[in-house]
Amino acid sequence: MKDTVISVRNLVKKFGSFTANDNLSFEVSQGEIFGFLGANGAGKTTTIRILSGLSGPTSGEVIVAGIDASKEPEKIKNQIGYMCQKFSLYEDLTASENIMLYGGIYGLAKSRIRERTKELLKRLDFQDSGNRLISELPLGLKQKLAFSVAILHSPKIVFLDEPTGGVDPVTRRQFWEMIYETAAHGITVFVTTHYMDEAEYCDRISIMSEGRIVALDTPANLKEQYGAGSVEEVFVKIARPPNPPEGGLNPNHFIADVI
Amino acid sequence: MRKAIESSGICKKFGVTQALKDISFSVNESEIFGLIGPDGAGKTTLFRIIATLYLPDEGEMRVLGLDCRNEYKKLRSMIGYMPGRFSLYQDLSVEENLNFYATVFGTTVRENYDLISDIYSHIEPFRKRLAGKLSGGMKQKLALSCALIHKPELLILDEPTTGVDAVSRTEFWGMLKKLKQYNITILVSTPYMDEAMRCDRVALIQGGKILSTDEPQMIKNGFSRKLYSAKASEKYKLITALRQYPGTLSAYPFGDSVHITFVNDILDESVFEHLRKHGISNATITATEAGIEDRFLELMEK
Repeated sequence: MKDTVISVRNLVKKFGSFTANDNLSFEVSQGEIFGFLGANGAGKTTTIRILSGLSGPTSGEVIVAGIDASKEPEKIKNQIGYMCQKFSLYEDLTASENIMLYGGIYGLAKSRIRERTKELLKRLDFQDSGNRLISELPLGLKQKLAFSVAILHSPKIVFLDEPTGGVDPVTRRQFWEMIYETAAHGITVFVTTHYMDEAEYCDRISIMSEGRIVALDTPANLKEQYGAGSVEEVFVKIARPPNPPEGGLNPNHFIADVI
Repeated sequence: MRKAIESSGICKKFGVTQALKDISFSVNESEIFGLIGPDGAGKTTLFRIIATLYLPDEGEMRVLGLDCRNEYKKLRSMIGYMPGRFSLYQDLSVEENLNFYATVFGTTVRENYDLISDIYSHIEPFRKRLAGKLSGGMKQKLALSCALIHKPELLILDEPTTGVDAVSRTEFWGMLKKLKQYNITILVSTPYMDEAMRCDRVALIQGGKILSTDEPQMIKNGFSRKLYSAKASEKYKLITALRQYPGTLSAYPFGDSVHITFVNDILDESVFEHLRKHGISNATITATEAGIEDRFLELMEK
């Protein structure tokens, strides 16, 4: 049995009278690739902020890498890595400078940073010893580098926010192989995405709707349970309430842009 | 039959970057034509040429029978263009934006309301809300309404579904299907291969070049090898072991499985023996149908 690295019990997060996370309970194991899905405004970002120590729960118990998120959120930050599609690397620094910067922030020793930089650049096939600016790199390479930087300090968990959106199919495959390799080395990979084919790559997925988790299982089991051919079909069936409100304002449909 | 778009030998350079190389294709009237390719493939550049916002360096582009170079003024009133970035006025309300676009094109919302009613009805309850305060899915519906309000003959949608959740995306494709009854030609781009199946015809684009143009089913059928799908509980181990098997031609992750082709196109029992040697005893390998993405990968490697 693998260790549990994320344990969430009855998590509630409220903003005023609006309940963004409504009594969530789930666990994620060491080395698992966990897909965290939901429609825009379902409450995913709120949960991730809590899991990464950026925001505290209103009530409930959240333990990440053995640390209680309500009591010591700052400590969580050393134990996790984070990468999102929009911003992860400094565009006006070179690849090596980015690695050095993040290595420094994570508190790695200088010798270790040098060693890791060399290793990484070789692995990602950088022809020019990493001296090009990030802004000059093709998207796919940028994404692979961003992922490598997010796990530079060997965190327990890495959070990925739509990691391969828009990337060409070859690079995307290489990216997922990096994810598999990372998971095989015991790092938990927590992925959020709107793209359901990406969800198919995960060991287990959860689907959130209106602040609650409405499904949680392996992609294969969910497809079987809902008689669907793909995770996308499952998602469309359950990710949104059957009757979207006509006329009345539903804050859920707007909250995505605010938080 | 008149073609909605006829492109031949289009080239476009920005500095040293060759954004488009010899692009030739045509789009039939009233079809949904998809341009499928990753970021940086040249989709937006091509769309801007079609929308008369860029001039090509070389080649001919005729849209709705008009020359993009010389007849752009006439053409502009006949096309509806929805750029990839939300480009409506964020500080105008939903209804103000729609009225503005109608007025610019010399029409009124009432005159063409039929055309947009299906789409606009979803956001009409929020018509007094500022456009900047809408959710992603609603912005997309408003942008589509604005692009349609002058009843264009050609609708150009640049990555309308990027960043939109799967439910809204399904709704969006449903709306496009319905627009076909008005004989509007729809040109739509997406980086997501699975959306190709929702188009009548598609062109696959990569690195500024069109790899293939056809009906999505025909593109799938173009896959030249026998494709197999392998599953095992430890995926990384499975990929690595399959690559070491001498009979493997290609092995790459695909959703919950690994897609493999074999040198002689036959699934030989010795592969299971090989996997067992590498500590994988629970693998299953079955024949599977190639998808658009498999074909795209195959074309990219050529």
